[in-house]
Amino acid sequence: MTERYAVILVYSTSYALRAEKLLSKAAIGTKLIPVPRHLSSNCGVCIRIAQPDCGAAQRTLQKAGLEIEGVHDI
Amino acid sequence: MIYFDNAATSWPKPPGVSEAMVRFLEEVGANPGRAAHGRAVEAGRIVYEAREAVCELFQAPDPLRVVWSKNVTEALNLALRGLLRSGDHVVTSSMEHNSVMRPLRALERRGVEVTVVQCSPQGVLDPAGVERAIRPHTRLVALNHGSNVVGTLLPVAEVGTICRQHGVLLLVDAAQTGGAYPINVQSDQIDLFGFTGHKSLGGPMGTGGLIVGERVNEREMEPLMRGGTGSHSEYELQPDFLPDVYESGTLNAVGLAGLQAGVRWVLEEGVDAIRAHEVALTRQLIEGLRSLPGVTVYGSLDAELQIATVSFNVTGIEPSEVGLRLDEEYGILCRVGLHCSPAAHKTIGTFPAGTVRFGLNGFNTMDEVESALAAVEELAREAQ
Repeated sequence: MTERYAVILVYSTSYALRAEKLLSKAAIGTKLIPVPRHLSSNCGVCIRIAQPDCGAAQRTLQKAGLEIEGVHDI
Repeated sequence: MIYFDNAATSWPKPPGVSEAMVRFLEEVGANPGRAAHGRAVEAGRIVYEAREAVCELFQAPDPLRVVWSKNVTEALNLALRGLLRSGDHVVTSSMEHNSVMRPLRALERRGVEVTVVQCSPQGVLDPAGVERAIRPHTRLVALNHGSNVVGTLLPVAEVGTICRQHGVLLLVDAAQTGGAYPINVQSDQIDLFGFTGHKSLGGPMGTGGLIVGERVNEREMEPLMRGGTGSHSEYELQPDFLPDVYESGTLNAVGLAGLQAGVRWVLEEGVDAIRAHEVALTRQLIEGLRSLPGVTVYGSLDAELQIATVSFNVTGIEPSEVGLRLDEEYGILCRVGLHCSPAAHKTIGTFPAGTVRFGLNGFNTMDEVESALAAVEELAREAQ
């Protein structure tokens, strides 16, 4: 079975790095990947997570006051 | 050689700083925030972790509110020129460096009202004088934390409380104190905190920054520059979020790699331990100089009330001559003259000739102070 993923888009690489650290503290696995072209023309990175972690990840970031630009299944 | 010019830039740098910079150049090398490949992310991570290190040192809550600049002067210009508009009033002290005075004098010509609160001839600022200067249209109080001429510490935390009571923002120039004196931007109630990387933080030149507190609305503080940020690239308008709004163009990532190593070293050594050593050196230097006939020492004359920067003059010899002879005959490197701070020299009564300045730091030793005292004693004796 192929794992299903989601990506969290944030404003910039600095935000992505902060998010990566917050999520890793919350034991949520992440990988920083280029923003898929169909989602944004941003030249930076976004945070890829396993789809089932989506809700927990969003709550973790919101709790830390980190603004999320968008969440998409890929 | 004895290096007593740490108030201009620190030397030597802490262990690990050069190595971090070489590692960045040889093993990372990519542009932080400008691509998504592994090296670019690694470069971004180094820059981000430098923000975290600075936050840890100054107790700032949010790494994304640390804005990098090429030096503290740029950080101070961002705060002053970004915030102040015609009709605003700003309060500062008579001990400021030209990094604050020159932008303020330029803003004054554009309709910003400037009040300079007079400090004592020892360089001491009475917080009540700041409170008396605040008016209904006062937007900002801008103060240095430690004088680059005589080392006197200014009461920024007391002024912070006054600023909060009056709804005024506080900008602190920590060029001389960051890494050398305990600072907590939250409990000291500092809204805008300018720091340099290349003095007591142990980093290389070309690094510095501004910590932007929660009371400052980034939409009301204009950036000094606009350009590429690696974010929101589809828009021709500057992003309005921190830190990108103020970080256009490629960052000095190699410098920030070194700065991070410097700050980590300061955190490991502990600011309190560094401070204790510097107080001991400063006390030895002040007491030694004061005991020499023909030598005048300026400032508080109390090591507890200042940082490790001491200004003095030798009767009968120009400061420039003292500096030259210390360098050539004794291998003691210091700085003479006005130190880019004419206001401070007017305050302590040494304008326009200036002073001889010994800028010590934690790497200096009591033996070095002893040698320098012997050299000054010889010069003073000859001049009499």
